[in-house]
Amino acid sequence: MIRYIFQRLFGMFVVMFLVVTIVFVIVRVTPGDPAAVMLGPDATSQDIADLRTQLGLDRSLGVQYLYYMGQLLRGDLGQSIFLNMPVTSALLDRAEPTFFLTLFSLLIASAIALPIGIYAAYRRGSIFDQAATALAMLAASIPSFWLGLIMMQVFAVRFDLFPVSGYGGPGSTFSERMYHLALPAFALGIVSSALVLRFTRASMLDVLGDDYIRTARAKGLIERRVILKHALKNALIPILTVIGLTAAVLVSGAVVTETVFGLPGIGNLVVSAVLRRDYPVIQGALLVIAALYVLINFAIDMLYLLVDPRVRY
Amino acid sequence: MTAIVSKPALSERNKFIRRLLKRKTVAFGLIVLTIFVLLAIFAPLIAPYSPSKLSIINRLKPPSGAFIFGTDEFGRDVFSRTIYSARLSLLVGAAVVTLSALIGVTLGLIAGFFKQFDAPIARLIDAMMAFPDILLAIALVAALGPSLTTVIIALSIVYAPRLARIVRASTLVIRELPYIEASRALGISTRHIMTRHVLRNLLSPILVQGTFLFASAMLAEAGLSFLGLGVSPEIPTWGTMISAGRQYIGQADWMTLFPGFAIILSVLSLQMVGDGLRDLLDPRLRKDL
Repeated sequence: MIRYIFQRLFGMFVVMFLVVTIVFVIVRVTPGDPAAVMLGPDATSQDIADLRTQLGLDRSLGVQYLYYMGQLLRGDLGQSIFLNMPVTSALLDRAEPTFFLTLFSLLIASAIALPIGIYAAYRRGSIFDQAATALAMLAASIPSFWLGLIMMQVFAVRFDLFPVSGYGGPGSTFSERMYHLALPAFALGIVSSALVLRFTRASMLDVLGDDYIRTARAKGLIERRVILKHALKNALIPILTVIGLTAAVLVSGAVVTETVFGLPGIGNLVVSAVLRRDYPVIQGALLVIAALYVLINFAIDMLYLLVDPRVRY
Repeated sequence: MTAIVSKPALSERNKFIRRLLKRKTVAFGLIVLTIFVLLAIFAPLIAPYSPSKLSIINRLKPPSGAFIFGTDEFGRDVFSRTIYSARLSLLVGAAVVTLSALIGVTLGLIAGFFKQFDAPIARLIDAMMAFPDILLAIALVAALGPSLTTVIIALSIVYAPRLARIVRASTLVIRELPYIEASRALGISTRHIMTRHVLRNLLSPILVQGTFLFASAMLAEAGLSFLGLGVSPEIPTWGTMISAGRQYIGQADWMTLFPGFAIILSVLSLQMVGDGLRDLLDPRLRKDL
């Protein structure tokens, strides 16, 4: 087992290394001079040369790569040209709305998907099951930004139940800020509930056919206990995996949803960084999010090892 | 679409198509998709107005007999624009599926067939899949400069690893089957085995995954265009239409609603067809998902 853990750990480092390399390459494939692109058409050639030196673009690709790796190992993601601050601080400043938006959407998605998915699997083939499956498919077809716009129009503008957009402005309290996240979280949560629902249903179906469920029933246990205690407990690991991975998918949705609702999160930061050609910020955000995904994946694998005695290597 | 699934006798193929169409969701999906494709192809004949015809007196008119989906901020007919948008939205989807299938299938086959390439390609796939799709697409579009072509290239790079992963996994299984060994013993070349014997058996999973990729690509394109990072705002796609409608949503919600419905309907149809195909072609998955 120790060997397996080390193997996985090594694999994770290899993937991380590739992730860093991909990020490095993406920014370098930009046609033309990134420094000139970043500074815009009004920049003087001296400005461009200065920025090239600052970004290390005047050195060879190999040196740039090694330098970049060295920087990363020290936890330095570089300097944002436009914001004039370290990328790490820019990301940390914007982390709160993104973190809570993802968390709330995940909670909403799970609250919708778990009960419906469990019941649909239990009543497999029934009208309820068919309706749930159809609804999940519909939810997965809605662009989250479109749903956000419509919900904003209905619940914030027409019925005035929620703030239209923004994050409460400076000096707002924590609960005010969270209130601003309600509508975007619902928009994102509804759309992503589809994935969680399908997996919940599938893994419940998988478990419900197992022998120990028949045994539990044969013992004369009441149905609710069989479903919630015996079946759900075993179906939970794959469900948790999906919820964990949905968190990563949600980051994608958050990028667009934050823009719709004017939330000052990481997604918004990336979009404006792209429009301003602020490459260090794009690079840093991409790296941090991909690294989080790799770590979540690794953590889930390790969790399997701890929780499921059938998984042995 | 179904013709390439396998090459059994014609009656077998007909049987398959009949079984597929028996499912109401698949039949519905195929009908809707056919309508969208026909609308896209014959847009100039069907659209009542030119998609770019400006008419300031008809600005922001609600849906009526003359403009069934209403008009936009320049007095352009939303119905005509929605039909014309189907062209690009479907084109982007189709192009992304084709390109990512080319990249993904090649990588997956090589990784699955040649042991020495397996580990590096598998790790590369893992690394690529660590990036959330929209975010990676945004970064690639930012690097390459926004245009229709870069959107297609970026999304293909984003989705190719998904196909590569499936192709690799299936190739690893097929490689060990007795008939491959038999072909080898008969002295058939590796290339022939890969394209004729392995690839042919992979067509069903590729077809199923391709259908879902088509849907994902259409959603992603709409998202990119909405953010202003996709195709140019002047080109009508459902994403750019929603993006433009956003500013007028209080007074002219039809500008946002109808292109949104078009996206939902087409993506939903693709998913229904994909689901039906998967159920019929992939017996392992039949009971779940």
